[in-house]
Amino acid sequence: MSDVILTNLKKTYNDNTVVAVDNVSLSVEKGELFGLIGPDGAGKTSIFRVLTTLLLPDGGTASVNGFDVVKDYKKIRNSVGYMPGKFSLYQDLTVEENLKFFATVFNTSIEENYNLIKDIYVQIEPFKTRRAGKLSGGMKQKLALCCALIHKPSVLFLDEPTTGVDTVSRKEFWEMLKRLKEQNITILVSTPYMDEATLCERIALIQDGKIMSIETPANIIKQYPDELYAIKSNNMSLLLKELRESGMVQSFNSFGEYHHITFDREAEDSQGKLIEYLKNKGHTDVEIKGVTPTIEDCFIQLMKNKINGHGPK
Amino acid sequence: MATGPSNMGEVVIKTDKLTKRFGDFIATNEITFDVYKGEIFGFLGANGAGKTTAMRMLCGLSTPSSGSATIAGFDVYKETESIKKNIGYMSQKFSLYEDLTVIENITFFGGIYGLSDKQLKEKTEQLIEQLGMKSEAKKLVGSLPLGWKQKLSFSVAILHEPKIVFLDEPTGGVDPVTRRQFWDLIYDASARGITIFVTTHYMDEAEYCNRLSMMVDGVIKALDTPTNLKKQFSADSMDQVFFELARGAKRKGD
Amino acid sequence: MKQFISFVRKEFYHVFRDSKTLLMLFGLPIVLITLFGFALTNEIKNSKIVVCDYAKDDASQRIIDKIQTTENFQIEKALMSHRQIEEAFKSGIIKLAVIFPANFNNDLLHTNQAQVQVIADASDPNTASTLTSYINNIVQDYQNEISPSGPAPYQITTETRMIYNPALKGATNFVPGVMALILMLVCVLMTSVSIVREKEKGTMEVLLVSPFSPFLVIVTKAIPYFLLSLINLTVILLMSVFFLEMPFNGSVLLLYLESSILIITCLALGLLISNSTDSQQSAMLISLMGMLIPVMMFTGFLFPLENMPMVLQWIANIIPSKWYYIIVKSIMIKGLGIASIWKETLILTGMAIFLLIVSFKRFKIRLA
Repeated sequence: MSDVILTNLKKTYNDNTVVAVDNVSLSVEKGELFGLIGPDGAGKTSIFRVLTTLLLPDGGTASVNGFDVVKDYKKIRNSVGYMPGKFSLYQDLTVEENLKFFATVFNTSIEENYNLIKDIYVQIEPFKTRRAGKLSGGMKQKLALCCALIHKPSVLFLDEPTTGVDTVSRKEFWEMLKRLKEQNITILVSTPYMDEATLCERIALIQDGKIMSIETPANIIKQYPDELYAIKSNNMSLLLKELRESGMVQSFNSFGEYHHITFDREAEDSQGKLIEYLKNKGHTDVEIKGVTPTIEDCFIQLMKNKINGHGPK
Repeated sequence: MATGPSNMGEVVIKTDKLTKRFGDFIATNEITFDVYKGEIFGFLGANGAGKTTAMRMLCGLSTPSSGSATIAGFDVYKETESIKKNIGYMSQKFSLYEDLTVIENITFFGGIYGLSDKQLKEKTEQLIEQLGMKSEAKKLVGSLPLGWKQKLSFSVAILHEPKIVFLDEPTGGVDPVTRRQFWDLIYDASARGITIFVTTHYMDEAEYCNRLSMMVDGVIKALDTPTNLKKQFSADSMDQVFFELARGAKRKGD
Repeated sequence: MKQFISFVRKEFYHVFRDSKTLLMLFGLPIVLITLFGFALTNEIKNSKIVVCDYAKDDASQRIIDKIQTTENFQIEKALMSHRQIEEAFKSGIIKLAVIFPANFNNDLLHTNQAQVQVIADASDPNTASTLTSYINNIVQDYQNEISPSGPAPYQITTETRMIYNPALKGATNFVPGVMALILMLVCVLMTSVSIVREKEKGTMEVLLVSPFSPFLVIVTKAIPYFLLSLINLTVILLMSVFFLEMPFNGSVLLLYLESSILIITCLALGLLISNSTDSQQSAMLISLMGMLIPVMMFTGFLFPLENMPMVLQWIANIIPSKWYYIIVKSIMIKGLGIASIWKETLILTGMAIFLLIVSFKRFKIRLA
């Protein structure tokens, strides 16, 4: 049986005026590293709070480890690990005190499951007598993760654990998660960073409370409907304008060093025609190459589909 | 990579060994750099590297411990009030008043910067048109989605056509489509001659800048165009450049 | 100048769009004026007194008539024995007793001098003084009536005895009140803020998603404040007994037990407040505003309750500190034991249990 199951979940706020989660269904298998990818306001935190039994659903059902989130909430609370959005450990307790406290709250001790958190804890151990409030963002994260793991939970819920933390710490954090997977803990992570999506086994792309796609990252990329090209020239901002005005591209999005574009499938020799057009407009060093779409490309494409009413896959 | 002015334009930000100390701790250590008019200047660095401290000094919000700097021609020690009149500021933490409507916010901030009633009226209409917020104009800002708030916030920050606008991680948590719309606004502003000084954690956004600086442990470790930086570190992406530079950092603060 | 106006206009927007602030701004003054208009009166009306007429003659009857017709007094009963009078004072039913000795008339006729005995409950020295002066006035009035011109043929004097607090120390009145005030404010405030702080910081979320029962979360929060409140109480008592010469005639243990019941009531109130708000600031405000005014108005140490309109007196009955105030005065000043205050103790205990049940039931085991 899947470890986490959501069926037609609905969550509203403010007397039904705000629909945060709209008919979401998904399931996570045992030991899977599952990512919930979407921007702020997409509904990620609401979903997490329903799964950790902190909020009641307004429609649909949810279960964790086979226990219903409404009826068997106590059993769920006994067995999951939770790391909510902002840092939520005791700022005025030290690293050690926080860890001890949470161990005892879960009827266990630091020693019992130390092997689980060892790799992470050794990084903050030199600071174990420092008050948690005085730790850096990256270290707070690590501590919070330890406290969530200390009782060897069967399912780990991490709500935007890498938000507000620098790139290097983010990478380190995901390394730690990969190693945790080896312990067969089911991990459900949410993040607004699209580049972290590829680090998960399966992901759900979510926007405005609706799921746009649930797949492995590789499959989502495979399902990108068009050929994607990267284009650059000597004047990128002007290039973007001209791509818009030319009418020769189906979609165009800036992507850092290059712009990503797609062509109308029916058109012939679109590349050639475009390069010609741009040269005439005065662009030099025009370079076009085919590229593999990133998750972000797919997300944007799915968002646009939604806006244009093509519906989610 | 965005285009900007040709390299030697008017200098709008000039710093020389700018330093900020808190007791024994040197948050910002003798940073020296210039920013040109109309440039999109990326100010990157890990949390705790000293970015925020540096920005506060440049905005006239904090007095440096030593070194010198001029912002829009005004001295950062003696002419902070003039600096504040000539810059715009936007951060993730504070943008607009959530319990005022869109129009009320624009009117308020415009009034603060001394726009005349006529100017205000024109600009308000222009802004609302440009952002496509006609039907939201009278709604409380608190009820808008994050992306719209950010775009509105930026527009309000440059309402008075400042010389420089400081953006502190303006696109955090925003969806990819809105992020790009935001950068369209930034490009527009840059084309109008407003200098953009922006910090971000999105490495693709680093590519949109004319030049970047990277702060590590309070010091500027690199300053160049994205292309040159990638060459220098033999990297394929800004992500890699950042990684190379930040990896050895001792300070990973908040 | 334009900037200035901009700012002012914005500030008005903020104020008018925050309903909580508006309520306080406009609601509070109205409430205060209404309450003070009714509650604050230095005149004492309808004080329950007892008259013992052993003389039963013309003079005493006339004086008693006069007493009866004034607004200030309400003759509770006509008791006979001194023991009954003592009981009446102990129970707090009466504040004053007027006793006409048996040979009142005789004394008048033969010695041209007679005494009326007045006993007043001075645990509230202000009231006692006021009441005795009313009686004195009435007696004086009667004298003037029977000898309108010139010196009186005979003198009627009052012999006043202040019981429980012969020195008329003001401390006896306000110290018990301050005890009630501090316990109520501090306990309620501290508990509510402590719980809301966990909510604000986000640690509450993590605690909820754990096997630790939410019930126990609250209890563990209450324990330090319970102990600290008892310490607070001790400090107040020590200071008032040693510096303010406050009498302490009763059982210390009983006082602490009764205080514990009040503290539990306050902790439950703090819990109830914390359930209704998510911000520490708001919790502080509600605790202070919601506790300060009722406690100051309705405990009985600043404004005697008997002088208030019936409606307000009924309201006072649901304020725990009112009962605690009576209990403390009975123990400390009158030196009474549980037998005399069992009724008040029962009421206070009932309140504590009721509030505990309500606040536990309402405690959110989820975020919303």
